[in-house]
Amino acid sequence: MDANSILERRACVTGIGQSAIGRRLGINPLELTLDSCVAAVEDAGLEMSDIDGLVTYPGAAGPSGFSGAGAVQVHEALRLKLGWHDSGIEAPGQLGSVIKACLAVAAGLARHVLCFRSVWEGTAQGTKGRAGLMPGGGGRGNFRASGFSEWTLPFSAPSAAVWIAMFAQRHFHLYGTTREQMAQIALNARANAALNPDAIYRDPMTMDDYMSARLISTPFGLFDCDVPCDGSTAFVISHVDAARDLRHTPVRVEAVGTALLGRPSWDQFDDLSTMANRDAGAQLWTRTELTPSDVDIVEAYDGFSFLTMSWLEALGLVPVGESGPFVEGGQRIARDGELPLNTHGGQLSAGRLHGYGFLHEAVLQLRGEAGERQVTRKQPQVGIAAAGGGNTCGCLLLTRE
Amino acid sequence: MANTEVPFRILPELNDTSGFFWKSGEDGQLRFLRCGECGTRLHPPQPMCYVEHSKNLAPEPVSGRGRVHSFSINYQPWMPGPELPFVVAIVEIEEDPRVRLTTNIVGCAPEDVAVGMPVRVTFEHHSDEGGDVWLPLFEPDPDADANSKSDAATRKGE
Repeated sequence: MDANSILERRACVTGIGQSAIGRRLGINPLELTLDSCVAAVEDAGLEMSDIDGLVTYPGAAGPSGFSGAGAVQVHEALRLKLGWHDSGIEAPGQLGSVIKACLAVAAGLARHVLCFRSVWEGTAQGTKGRAGLMPGGGGRGNFRASGFSEWTLPFSAPSAAVWIAMFAQRHFHLYGTTREQMAQIALNARANAALNPDAIYRDPMTMDDYMSARLISTPFGLFDCDVPCDGSTAFVISHVDAARDLRHTPVRVEAVGTALLGRPSWDQFDDLSTMANRDAGAQLWTRTELTPSDVDIVEAYDGFSFLTMSWLEALGLVPVGESGPFVEGGQRIARDGELPLNTHGGQLSAGRLHGYGFLHEAVLQLRGEAGERQVTRKQPQVGIAAAGGGNTCGCLLLTRE
Repeated sequence: MANTEVPFRILPELNDTSGFFWKSGEDGQLRFLRCGECGTRLHPPQPMCYVEHSKNLAPEPVSGRGRVHSFSINYQPWMPGPELPFVVAIVEIEEDPRVRLTTNIVGCAPEDVAVGMPVRVTFEHHSDEGGDVWLPLFEPDPDADANSKSDAATRKGE
């Protein structure tokens, strides 16, 4: 492919910002969102008046707490003047919104796009746990299921935990993957979270803790599931020509993956031992001269632990079916291992910031600004931020300029 | 393991496209939409076949037999529903393994469910003001050849 036609390379990450993050902050979600937006613009060294693009995932929609704020609310609150704006959930994963921003700056519709993702699931679920986030309030009534939920809710399978558990079970069946192997995703996340002052769970976790935790939906136990929280993450995506002389050295977007060749379905996908990340991951490597062996750090979605293993295979970092043996023992994926993974603690320990947390961490690591948890064996030059699972996945290959 | 009490369920909306599927069990038969031109079975139902874009589609009964493609034993009380733990599964139907449905496995202990297990349909009838619904659940198929494990052939590394 002609490098000039790979338009995402005209984009870079110039600013990152996060609000307070916590289990139940009791702070208005729009306020959290604005906190992260202001922080990202300031981090870029820009004025709010420089922002001429806005995008978010999923927009003001979805079940309770799933979206802390929509694009229109932020547009209005910050009185932005926009050349381009967009939001929506039907995208290549949560980071699909950031990929759209890259294309918007490449197309000249904007020069500096503010991207944000806010969650308020910690407060929204209240004291009812995840049941508080279920359709119909998780209770009785005249509610009838339609759309996708028509095919899952009547069978008492309302959660992605159950749907993704069946992908994991298929992988376990085909390749002999084990819970002890999968545990390393959770243990590695917790070990990294210990060095992340913003992480939600920082106390040490042992294999015994993992194996003795209550089962949720086999093969998933409690510690295979991420932690609902309140918080917001924002980025400024700038055109490379507009990124010079800003506060930080930009983190370049080398390539993105957005493909979905399989059916856009959780239970009808052609091969349930993989998922949409198979197609997005393969596409990413068709858009760069770099190869998986060039990758220094991976920040890959862990809404459920198995998803990270799935991403390792989908991104060609590990042969198909071999993510279990690869993560076994945890040494390879540790911060000082050959492929440092989810260096901030992932969503499993740092909180369910829903995709954006991975890009935030990748930028920090590539800048060399990750503090105590900075990968130091070698300053990372090439990183991946990947988000999503099931039928909705997208990824970015990033380089330090 | 007798499943005597019908658990609470959130029922599907009965609409023009898929209402037939949820009412199919009234006569004990499972039906999928099938294209009258090319024979493709469509699930979930669509207004048009994806192969040649024909609208000549009609529900057609299948044997009701299938295999467990994958499953999960659910311990989490997400909402009112079957007694815990219960099994959520993706079943592929005998006539075309590409046609699958998310369902529950009943009539056996959860720990006895395995990938590749032969199963057959059994319907759970619900009645309320939104219209009667027959949910297709699956139970172990006593008529299946116990030694037939065609799914194991797909297992890699053996």
